[in-house]
Amino acid sequence: MSKNVPDALALPQARPLAGGLRLAALVALLLAALWLASSVLSAYGATLAALVCLNVALAVSLQLTNGLTGMFSLGHPAFMMIGAYVAAVLGYPVARKSTMLSGLPEALAAWQAPFVVAVALGAVAAGVAAWLIGLVVLRLKGHYLAVATLGLIVIVQGLALNWQGITRGGSGLSGIPRKTDIWWCAGLMIAVLVIVWRLKFSSLGRAMMATREDQLAAECIGVRTARVKLVAFVLGAVMAGIVGALMAHLITVVTPRSYGITLAFNLVVMVVIGGTGSITGAVIAAVAITLMGEGLKPLEEGMGLYGLSQMMVALALVLVLRFRPQGLFGSGEPGWLIRFFRPELSR
Amino acid sequence: MSAMIDRPPALLLAFAPGRRGNGTIDSETILSAEGLTRRFGGITAVEGYDLRLAQGDLVGLIGPNGAGKTTVFNMLSGVLRPSAGGVAVNGQDLTGRPAHRFARAGLARTFQNIRLFDDLNVFDNVMSGGHMRLGAGLWPTMLQLPRFWRAEAAIRERAAGVVELVGLGPHIGRRAGDLSYGDRRRVEIARALASDPQVLLLDEPAAGLNPSETAGLTALIRELVNRHGITVLLVEHDMRLVMALCHRIQVLNRGRFVAEGAPREIQSDPAVIEAYLGTRRTRAGAA
Repeated sequence: MSKNVPDALALPQARPLAGGLRLAALVALLLAALWLASSVLSAYGATLAALVCLNVALAVSLQLTNGLTGMFSLGHPAFMMIGAYVAAVLGYPVARKSTMLSGLPEALAAWQAPFVVAVALGAVAAGVAAWLIGLVVLRLKGHYLAVATLGLIVIVQGLALNWQGITRGGSGLSGIPRKTDIWWCAGLMIAVLVIVWRLKFSSLGRAMMATREDQLAAECIGVRTARVKLVAFVLGAVMAGIVGALMAHLITVVTPRSYGITLAFNLVVMVVIGGTGSITGAVIAAVAITLMGEGLKPLEEGMGLYGLSQMMVALALVLVLRFRPQGLFGSGEPGWLIRFFRPELSR
Repeated sequence: MSAMIDRPPALLLAFAPGRRGNGTIDSETILSAEGLTRRFGGITAVEGYDLRLAQGDLVGLIGPNGAGKTTVFNMLSGVLRPSAGGVAVNGQDLTGRPAHRFARAGLARTFQNIRLFDDLNVFDNVMSGGHMRLGAGLWPTMLQLPRFWRAEAAIRERAAGVVELVGLGPHIGRRAGDLSYGDRRRVEIARALASDPQVLLLDEPAAGLNPSETAGLTALIRELVNRHGITVLLVEHDMRLVMALCHRIQVLNRGRFVAEGAPREIQSDPAVIEAYLGTRRTRAGAA
């Protein structure tokens, strides 16, 4: 028998340094390219690049929840909104807090949180919200999570619309200091990519995929599926919360309508088109859909074809579902990418 | 494994010892059930099922279709909560606990309708069985701390050993969903073994296997019991396999015990023959 055992069973030593060094080299290369680009790009181009980075972070973090763990969450816009409002309110200049945010407790009204702290607290708030919902909903089987997270979007929107003293209701918060730049967004995107990639190629990631594939069988080999799902859900929500916070400080405005059900749909489409569980696929789909949306804007505005980009997204979804239902990359990653980062896994 | 009993086995002490006259309760008992009963609505699927498995036991559970064998398995592995009665693994009373607690206590199982992680390859399927005891936590994984690399190496090593034992070497890179029926069964056994169990429940492991595959399976089960000290309880319809392999056999019919004993006793037991073939006085006897 043993002569039939292929090389992979010869147990190559895990080489943490090889992958780590290559990752560092790649990140350095990416940042250098970004630096070069930022000196060439117009202000519009830089903002667009930042938006692309944030959308990639969103799609990949949703891949963690929906792709790897097999849940169906639509909650990303809600978590983004929570992150955005919390960070924006905390980070607002004190002078304007007193006039605009009348309902704020005195301690908060007198304190302008540093940007990093505001973003971190926004992420924590999103994570806590996800944890509370997950604790209740993730124990149920079926599509309860989709319904619950859809409801969460409506609830958070309603809260933002009616909590006048803190959110300024329908007019939203404007004049948020523009603290986010391309570097923040690229940094977050890289962090999300690295974390989700590391999870996917780990024992914890296999436990997540096992939960996705067959929850009962996963339980029977000792995977605490309820906990694994909660971890994936909360982690995805924290990432979405950070994106929301950064986006608020990039666009400088956040309103109850900034992040809604349309965005939830677009993000799920990115995951489906890229391939459920594929990080590479999500990146490509996120970049393509974001750029297409921006590219079609002149057409929409010039010819009055509003909603054209949304129709294109829907059309792309239909075409993928018809001709390549598993998505561009299935649930895998390109072999050369795996060989590059985790040489010990290739066989 | 050092997972011996670490506290007094409360449930075991309450069991009536030697009710069926096969051995006494001692610290060697790995899996025990007392009065397991399961009702679905008004139907009683299983009633009063008892079991005591000692280290190294190889017990067969047989009975006609619908006798409640799979229901027993589901209760023994924590998949189904019993309506009455209790289950203890390694001296821990786990009645009503989730299935992952049973796995942690040292029990692994396979399913009658094979349940693999179809979209993962064979090696990932097997490695997933190592997560419970060897897997690194969230922070070591995200930060790729040394503990993460050690855990991954340990899981790979364990999975490689199991793959070799089960003879899946040539298939490790293939998608589990694409394998033949016999190979899928072996992957499921390998995945269960990767969780380092002390007792293994096999639900119809030979179903759908050809004669040579069945012979391989028989040899594998023997090796698990004799060389690796794993305790096995199996449900099987292949009587030749059951009679040749098992030390002891339990017979269920309509959710109740018919007989329990050595294979030879079972083969000549009139109650067992009646359960399988029926008798003329079925209707009259019911009154």
